Amino acid sequence: MEILGLLLEGFAVALEPINLALIVAGCIAGLFIGAMPGLGSVNGVAILLPMTFLVPPTSAIIFLGSLYYGAMYGGAISSIMLGIPGASTAVATTFDGRPMALQGKADRALVAAATASFVGGTISVVLFTLFAPPLADFALAFGPPEEFALLLLAFATFIGLGGDDIPKTFFSIFIGLMFSAVGLDIVSGNPRLIFFDLPGFYHGINFLVLAIGIYGIGEILWTVETTRGEMVVSRAAVTIRGVVRALADLRHNIRSMLMGSFLGYFVGILPAAGATPGSLMAYGVARTMSKNPETYGKGNVDGVVAPESANNAASTGSMLPMLTLGIPGSPTTAILLGGMVIWGLEPGPLLFIEHKEFVWGLIASLYAANLFALLINIAFIPAFLMVLRMPFTILAPVIFILCVVGGYAPTQDMHDVWLMLIFGVMGYLLRKLDYPLAPAVLAIVLGPLAEASVRQSLIMAHGSFGIFFERPISAIIMAIAIGLFAWPLFIAIRRRLSPGNAD
Amino acid sequence: MRRAELVMALFMAAFSLYIMWKSAELPVGWIEGEGPGGGAFPFWLAAGMLVCCGWIVLRWARRQSPPSRSEEPYMDRTALRVFAIGAGSLFVMIGLIHLVGVYVVIPLYLIFYMRGIGHHAWSVTASLALAMPVATFLFFEIALKITLPKGYTEPAFYPLYEMLL
Repeated sequence: MEILGLLLEGFAVALEPINLALIVAGCIAGLFIGAMPGLGSVNGVAILLPMTFLVPPTSAIIFLGSLYYGAMYGGAISSIMLGIPGASTAVATTFDGRPMALQGKADRALVAAATASFVGGTISVVLFTLFAPPLADFALAFGPPEEFALLLLAFATFIGLGGDDIPKTFFSIFIGLMFSAVGLDIVSGNPRLIFFDLPGFYHGINFLVLAIGIYGIGEILWTVETTRGEMVVSRAAVTIRGVVRALADLRHNIRSMLMGSFLGYFVGILPAAGATPGSLMAYGVARTMSKNPETYGKGNVDGVVAPESANNAASTGSMLPMLTLGIPGSPTTAILLGGMVIWGLEPGPLLFIEHKEFVWGLIASLYAANLFALLINIAFIPAFLMVLRMPFTILAPVIFILCVVGGYAPTQDMHDVWLMLIFGVMGYLLRKLDYPLAPAVLAIVLGPLAEASVRQSLIMAHGSFGIFFERPISAIIMAIAIGLFAWPLFIAIRRRLSPGNAD
Repeated sequence: MRRAELVMALFMAAFSLYIMWKSAELPVGWIEGEGPGGGAFPFWLAAGMLVCCGWIVLRWARRQSPPSRSEEPYMDRTALRVFAIGAGSLFVMIGLIHLVGVYVVIPLYLIFYMRGIGHHAWSVTASLALAMPVATFLFFEIALKITLPKGYTEPAFYPLYEMLL
């Protein structure tokens, strides 16, 4: 019952006029950003974070949280209409969404995606409300070894579930952590890694510089190159009658929706995993569960519903470790976490005690954002279809300018703008070679915590790494992390041993 | 593509070595009574990067990663052109900010990109080129009280400040 009271207080915060306006604005911005091919929640949050310095932290996170949600809804739009995923989180939606659009059933696919997103979002927010307070209580007992074990788990998730080239994923993690070490040493206060003695490195590398570089500049360069301005937008006639009929038809897909919601939520909770593996796994499970798996990939509504409910559920799920443990559950929440540090809030379990209005305001706003995103999405489908036709020669310069100005604002140092350009260009070049970049962004946000927790633990244990395995909670988390690190190896060995595959 | 993967891995390996050397400016070992030295964390991370580069090169040699098997060029002519325009124009834009400030650069950049590359109508280009600096000024300078760099155009803004702040 205590939770209900807190939630009601949260609603009082979320429904304040300014916050309500920000929820609507966040949903609209998120839907547009999500609908643009190549851009997703992480790009939107990275590019717009500097703009939220205008409002208090609670309002800022409400805006960005709504944007996160809106982008999850919006991602489906370009997946279905263009066949180009709006973001990696919507990749699985293209598998069946695009064939549906090509069969002239675009309206049904869009309504199914929006409804599934709503169901996934709602179920996950309810789960979130129930799980968050006990987890935060539990996490209060965590010391540096547990924190480090959790961070290791976050990075292990990338290795185990990321599905990318393993040495390149490790490389991305290491380089992100290394960039976080630039500046002043946290213990001795000595300057370190001051490249070329440039004074700009003394204040360290702000995570936003890397995030905007990679997700703003690098991503746009990538999208401009890969799409080359040739896009075929499917036609969709959206009528009220069509929407109602599509909604009625969805009763056959409830099972996939529920499965996607729960699966997505729990995958989302895993540190660092986020919505992309969540939605891909939900698609896979839906196909395995189905009586006629051969219809998947040819326009099966379940193939749209499962990943869409999962990616929204996962986006809520990924906020759970961010708020309760201070460990982000996805690249987007990593940037939100960095934002919280800029706003002067310390992420972690104490947030639930010291900043109740912030936490519960955010949770309540997610309920509201979910509803608004659904309504705006269905009502303005034609407007979002126009976004898809927006030429990149307008979009790209506007985003570049936002990146440059946004990269300058936090530290007000041109040094950071140059650094951002370098990161953007390098990010683009690395991405072309299949280097995953999300781990680097997560690592630069978590780096200071990682270094502090490992150094404090080692000091506590007089230099023995055994401390991570002697304390029960830390030992369990370490074991899971090591399991995840070893997972790809296990798969590789099994593949080699399985008959018929012996090469 | 194949050559690009090797070159990038070697470049990153050299970068890792540089970081290791740079980290070693601070103690990288254990300091009695104080714990690990200030350089230890980045030093071992860079060592990890170096190992990864070695691993990437190994996989490259055994043709295990997709780019190492790819016959396609790393960047074809179109990609190179698009990249050069994007990155090059950003480079020039940021450089010009030092000289003439953001409020001159924003409209110039929009005109260059929208008109020069996109061939959009003058009406669209001009309206955005006018609206964006004004919106930026109102948002950053007035609402957020963050002064953006103005280079040599700084004095032109004094009357505006007097009026608005």
